[in-house]
Amino acid sequence: MAVLVIAEVDAGALKPATLNAVTAAAKLGEVHVLVAGSGAAAAADAAKGIAGVAKVLHADSAEYANGLAEALTPLVVSVAKSYAAVVATATTFGKNLLPRVAALLDVQQISEVTAIESADTFVRPIYAGNALATVKSADAIKVLTVRGTAFDAAPATGGSAAVESVAAVAGSGKSAFVGQELSKSERPELTSARIVISGGRGMQNGENFALLEAVADKLGAAVGASRAAVDAGFVPNDYQVGQTGKIVAPDLYIAVGISGAIQHLAGMKDSKVIVAINKDEEAPIFQVADYGLVADLFKAVPELKEALD
Amino acid sequence: MKLLVAVKRVIDYNVKVRVKADQTGVDLANVKMSMNPFDEIAVEEAVRLKEAGIATEVVVVSIGPTQAQETLRTALAMGADRGILVQTDAEVQPLAVAKLLKAVAEKEGPGLIILGKQAIDDDSNQTGQMLAALLDWPQATFASKVAVADGKATVTREIDGGLETLALTLPAIITTDLRLNEPRYASLPNIMKAKKKPLDTVDPAALGVDIAPRLATLKVTEPPKRQGGVKVASVADLVAKLRTEAKVI
Repeated sequence: MAVLVIAEVDAGALKPATLNAVTAAAKLGEVHVLVAGSGAAAAADAAKGIAGVAKVLHADSAEYANGLAEALTPLVVSVAKSYAAVVATATTFGKNLLPRVAALLDVQQISEVTAIESADTFVRPIYAGNALATVKSADAIKVLTVRGTAFDAAPATGGSAAVESVAAVAGSGKSAFVGQELSKSERPELTSARIVISGGRGMQNGENFALLEAVADKLGAAVGASRAAVDAGFVPNDYQVGQTGKIVAPDLYIAVGISGAIQHLAGMKDSKVIVAINKDEEAPIFQVADYGLVADLFKAVPELKEALD
Repeated sequence: MKLLVAVKRVIDYNVKVRVKADQTGVDLANVKMSMNPFDEIAVEEAVRLKEAGIATEVVVVSIGPTQAQETLRTALAMGADRGILVQTDAEVQPLAVAKLLKAVAEKEGPGLIILGKQAIDDDSNQTGQMLAALLDWPQATFASKVAVADGKATVTREIDGGLETLALTLPAIITTDLRLNEPRYASLPNIMKAKKKPLDTVDPAALGVDIAPRLATLKVTEPPKRQGGVKVASVADLVAKLRTEAKVI
């Protein structure tokens, strides 16, 4: 039986997070992608080009415009019944939608899967990534969200899937979209960036993040933050890396003025190379860092920028 | 309007967990347990809604062993009015939790149910969404701001790219993000008063819910350990190593 991937659609375009779900789903069977949106023909078009996708199901309705779980769930549930598994990437979209779908299918969802061992056996981190659980599902349909950083993105081109229209199913209409306030950034997206430079409480204030941005510009890196920096109001919430923020696994992660609490490590310890710059020699971040520099960040970060010139 | 808040007893967030040698789970013997941090935020938000005159009663519910009574008492000391413990020593997975909470909600008739967005032990982030589905109520997950008026909840949510605001028709489900509020500490007089507040115990079977797990845990292992790294002496040394040794820049 085939596997259904729920595409993430934003403003009529396909979000790259969908590509990671396709790679995970391909381990389970033939991949079909459900694209639900409002005027999202471009997203359906993009989905049919993804390598490894056999079929695209396209549902169009004004109700699907903002990706509300209440609007999408009846559609996904009706389509999902003929599939062996339903897969989405564990973004805020996937996390919001899939448990709602799973409950109506009477299925225990499996969250943030990092490895697929067989059609019914999956690995997922628990306790902020301090343990890995291997679980076997007894449910008829497997419903899973997969951790994007654990599965490569499927090539966005090379596929030639057929697109089939499916009828929209009306939602409950009990929720309405009011508005959005998105952070604007010219830098790469945090979760998919090859290099990430993050600041913590040691940055002291929001203005000092300009030091990190200057280095980020040299490296083509994304800028992240610890919870302490977010709570102190230095940067917006969506910069947060950690158990309750974003999970990243870049080639290079540079932690500046971050002590390395359990909850922060949960979001970045799968990075290929970790660099820590901290003046406290005892900071736990040095236990996971490949390269540690004990130094005042206000001296070291500008030096780093110059060294990259 | 009555509010229902679900709270979970979990390992304290500061504890470094140890995986058992036989790979059956994490060692919880003699480990400090506390209320799940996201649930504290849920209780705080409910108590604030009561203080603002929007809610009339705050009922807290927990599912778990006898010791979960302590977690409920903590919520009562923060200002909740009444506690319900669905008592079981069995493993209860999020789908079963959602079904039990649905049964409790149908008895209690709340106008709003607040839960944490995820428990820091299983990290599932499912229960609120599942409960909303089973009740066919609207949901606002990862809430960082809540306003309730005129039969509607206006909720600002934390999403990947920033913030999003939704309007939900009550009754509804809200799950809390860390930014929603700063939970209060319970004062000693309030802890004493909480001991006298009502706390009922019910059996899952009495709620007519099958709580048999759907997922079997085959094993729990330690994640791969990172190799201890090296300390570099200067920025120049660091950049040189990143270029020639790690080859990442």
